[in-house]
Amino acid sequence: MIVVERLTVVFNPGTPDERAAIDGLSINVPRGQWISVIGSNGAGKTTLLNAIAGSVPTAAGRIVLDGVDRSGDPEYRRARIVGRVRQDPSAGTAPDMTVIDNMALASRKGPRRLLPAKPASLKRRLVERLAELGMGLENRTEENVSRLSGGQRQALALLMAAMTEPSVLLLDEHTAALDPRNADIVMALTRRFIRDYRLTALMVTHDMRRALADGDRLIMMHEGGIVADIAGEDKASATVEGLVRLFRDVRGEEYAEDRDLLS
Amino acid sequence: MTEAILVEGLVYGIMALGVFVSFRILDFPDLTAEGAFPLGAATAAALISSGAHPFVALTGAFVAGGLAGAATGTMYATLKVPSLLAGIVVMTGLWSVNLRVLGGKANLPLITNNPVMDAAYSLLPGTRELSSALFFALVTAGALSLLALFFSTEAGIAMGALGDNEAVVVAAGSNPALLRTSGVALSGALCGLSGGLAASYQGFADVNFGSGIVAAGLASVMVGEFLFHSNRIEVQLVRVIIGSIAFRAIMFAGRKYGYLIGMSPNDLRIVTAVLVVGAVAAGRLKAENKARRGLAAAAARSIS
Repeated sequence: MIVVERLTVVFNPGTPDERAAIDGLSINVPRGQWISVIGSNGAGKTTLLNAIAGSVPTAAGRIVLDGVDRSGDPEYRRARIVGRVRQDPSAGTAPDMTVIDNMALASRKGPRRLLPAKPASLKRRLVERLAELGMGLENRTEENVSRLSGGQRQALALLMAAMTEPSVLLLDEHTAALDPRNADIVMALTRRFIRDYRLTALMVTHDMRRALADGDRLIMMHEGGIVADIAGEDKASATVEGLVRLFRDVRGEEYAEDRDLLS
Repeated sequence: MTEAILVEGLVYGIMALGVFVSFRILDFPDLTAEGAFPLGAATAAALISSGAHPFVALTGAFVAGGLAGAATGTMYATLKVPSLLAGIVVMTGLWSVNLRVLGGKANLPLITNNPVMDAAYSLLPGTRELSSALFFALVTAGALSLLALFFSTEAGIAMGALGDNEAVVVAAGSNPALLRTSGVALSGALCGLSGGLAASYQGFADVNFGSGIVAAGLASVMVGEFLFHSNRIEVQLVRVIIGSIAFRAIMFAGRKYGYLIGMSPNDLRIVTAVLVVGAVAAGRLKAENKARRGLAAAAARSIS
C-alpha cells in the first residue's frame, strides 16, 4: 500500500535552474493495485518512482508505505519493502557476478550476515525460480550475468525485484530498452509475478496500448502533477485516441510527440 | 634464492590480497596500504619487543591495519572525501603514528628477539630457509582459506556486488556505506598483517617499509590477471598470490641480472610502474579486441 501526500521534489534547489519536478502530488494506492503511469517526457514519472524508492530527496510531503511514514528512510532501508526494475537491463543485476550469486543476493533483504550465502536448500529453490522464467537460465547459474542477453537480464532483474514479494513494485519503463519479442516476454512475466504475489505496482510506460491493456488503474502526469486518474469501467472503455485527446487538452496545445505516444 | 622469491611472494602476497580487495572487489582505488603496511610492521615489532606472544603481535598488526582502513573508509563515507585523497590523508598521518609506535626511531630491529621466525624454525622441519618457506606458505594458505570462506558468505557476496553494481546491494536492503567501509578495513587489515610478517621475515620494522607498496601490490594483482582468467573468487584469490610470486621473481631477476642491461636496484621502481601500465594496456587491448570481434560477428549475422 502506498500513500503519497502533497509530495514535492525540487531539482537544483537554490540555483537559477530550480524546478519542481513533482509539485504537491498526492496519490493513494490500495494494496494489490496495479497502476500504469503515463505522461510526456519531464512530466515527473520517474521522479515520482525515485521519490517513493528514496533515491531522490523530497522537499515536502510524506511517503507512507505499509502504514509507516518512510519519508526519512534511506533508499537501502526502503528497498526492504520496495522492489524496483529500471529501464536499463544492466541496472538491476551485477554483471560480473554469476547468475546464482545475483539471485542469492536478492533472495534476502536486510543487513548481510556472516553466514553461507548459498546453502544447498536455498540454491535449489533459486534454481527452481530461475526455471520459472522459461529462459534456460537454470542451466547457466555459474555464468556471469554479463553473458546474458538484454531480455534475459531484464527478466532476471524482474525476478530479483519481485521474488521477495515486496510491498511495492516500481517498474520504470522496464521493457522500453528491449526488442518487441523480449518486451512481450518480460511483460508476460510481469503480469504473472504481480498476479501470483498480489503485488502493489506502479508501472511507468510510454506505450499507451500497454498502459490500457495492463493494470487496474491509469494515471496521467503532467508538469509534476496528476492530470488524469481513471480506473474500472472508465479505463476499460478508454482508447489510445481518447488518451491522446486528453493529453492535448491538458497541455492546451498540439502534442508534439503524438507519434511517440502511439508507437 | 628460490626460497627468497617464494617467501617474499607469499609475505607481500597477503598485502596484494588487500590491494585486490580494495581495487578489484570494491572498485575503491586506495593508497591506505602505503601506511597500513608499515603500521602493521611497527605494531608487530613493538609488541614483540615488549614481550608479547608472536600470535598476539601478528593479530595486533592485523587489527592496526584494519583500523587504518576503517579510517579511510569512514572518511570516504561520511565526509565524501574521494577514495584516493582519503587514503593519502591516512597514509600521511600514519607516518607520524608509525614513528610513535616504533618508539620515536625510524626502525626497530628484531635480530636478537624474533619469536615469529623462532617459532617457525622450531615447529617446522628442514633448514631455516625451508621451514620459513613452509611457515609463510601455511600462513598464506590460512589467509586464502578464510578469505575464500568470507567471500562465500552473504556479506562477502554483497561486497563483491558492491564494486560491480552498487544498486544491486541497495536493492537487497543493505547499507552500501557500511559494507564498503568494512571492505576497506579488511583490505587494511591484510596489509597490516603482511607488514607484521614482513618485519619478522626481514628482522626489523622500518618507517619507510610502505614506500611503493601499493604499486607493487597492484602489479602483483595485474600480473596474476595477465596469466589466466577466472570468474571464481577462490581462483582469483589464489591468482593474486601466484601473481605476487611472479612479480617478486621479476624483481629478483632485475636485481640479479639487471646489470647486464645497465640497470641498478634503484631502477626497480620504474620496472614496477611499467609493469602496471603494461598490464593495464594489455587488459585494455584484450577488451577492445573482444569488442571488435563481437561487432564483426554481429555485422556478419546482420548481413547473412
